[in-house]
Amino acid sequence: MANSHSINRRDFVKVVVGFLGTVMGAVIGLPVIGYLISPATKVSKSDAWIPLGSLEDYPTGVPTPFSFTRSKINGWEKTVNSYGVYVLKTGETEATVFSNICTHLSCRITWHEGDQEYVCPCHDGRFDSSGKVSGGPPPEPLFEYETKLEEGILHIHLLEG
Amino acid sequence: MTDEKVMDWLDERLGLTAVYNTVLDRNVPKVNWWYTLGSATLFLFILQAATGIFLTVYYVPSPDHAYSSINYIMNEVTFGWLVRGIHHWGATLMVITVFMHMLRTFFMAAYKYPRELTWLTGVILFLSTLGMGFTGYLLPWNQRAYWATTVGTEIPGTVPFIGDFLMRILRGGTDLSGVTLARFFSVHIWFLPATILLLIGIHLYLVIRIGISAVPHTDD
Repeated sequence: MANSHSINRRDFVKVVVGFLGTVMGAVIGLPVIGYLISPATKVSKSDAWIPLGSLEDYPTGVPTPFSFTRSKINGWEKTVNSYGVYVLKTGETEATVFSNICTHLSCRITWHEGDQEYVCPCHDGRFDSSGKVSGGPPPEPLFEYETKLEEGILHIHLLEG
Repeated sequence: MTDEKVMDWLDERLGLTAVYNTVLDRNVPKVNWWYTLGSATLFLFILQAATGIFLTVYYVPSPDHAYSSINYIMNEVTFGWLVRGIHHWGATLMVITVFMHMLRTFFMAAYKYPRELTWLTGVILFLSTLGMGFTGYLLPWNQRAYWATTVGTEIPGTVPFIGDFLMRILRGGTDLSGVTLARFFSVHIWFLPATILLLIGIHLYLVIRIGISAVPHTDD
């Protein structure tokens, strides 16, 4: 029998054990991996227009900070995230709104009136009043929100996920 | 064959063959299925340890979040229901196998000389397993858990003179509170598992060193 084409007993057992072992490993291993990476498979989305107050209250030509909070459910708890934006009123009915998140590594920038620049405290990233990079490591300009004016109230479009 | 060479290399340094011969290839008398309950319990302990470790990824032992974190495990986490389900049913099953293992040892008179220490460590292992059941029962922080632990801690409270003190030690204060939940969690995942692991080591060492007893004969 050893020279025939048929598989011998020892090799047969090896193949069967290997196959069953793989199946059992997968049956146990895959749910475990799924269990561990489960939260990463769910991306929370938000799509909302956030009111920033009456536009006429903002000074023209001076970046003015505004902050708001949004809450959402993460796992078993309600997470409250705070957002900061800079409103630059450019006309009676126009404004540009920048996120205060530095495009380098997400530290929060502040407007420095003396330098006429947004400065990031982490790595000295700098942006001019139109949001363009004027120095330091940031790879791209500040994020600019889509805006709309409704009955004198300035809104920004918050899109996430 | 290269894998044989690798095995030989490892064996020469680790002594795997000797370990295998001593632990798995030792002589045992002709026994029956009742003698597998110890191994079954060991398997269940490993299963409980593994699923328990995975549950701590999401479970939070605080009154604010314990119940909701378990809800999250059951309803949101992929296969969370399976991991918790195995831990839940494995716990019950382990108490059963430990108890049957003890009954078998008793009725087969296997606790006698020279196996008294095996029996004694087994008794502590049995009590530790019940302790795991008692502390684990509170962790879901639902009505059943809360009132079971209220009653369970009330029982030592009836001990003369020191009862109230014992109850306050168990509860971590006069009332059942977040302190109780935290200390039950700690005992459940650190103190008792460490104790059980140590005692299983001794228990198994004794089983391997002395060997298991044969089924007693009517003439014995």
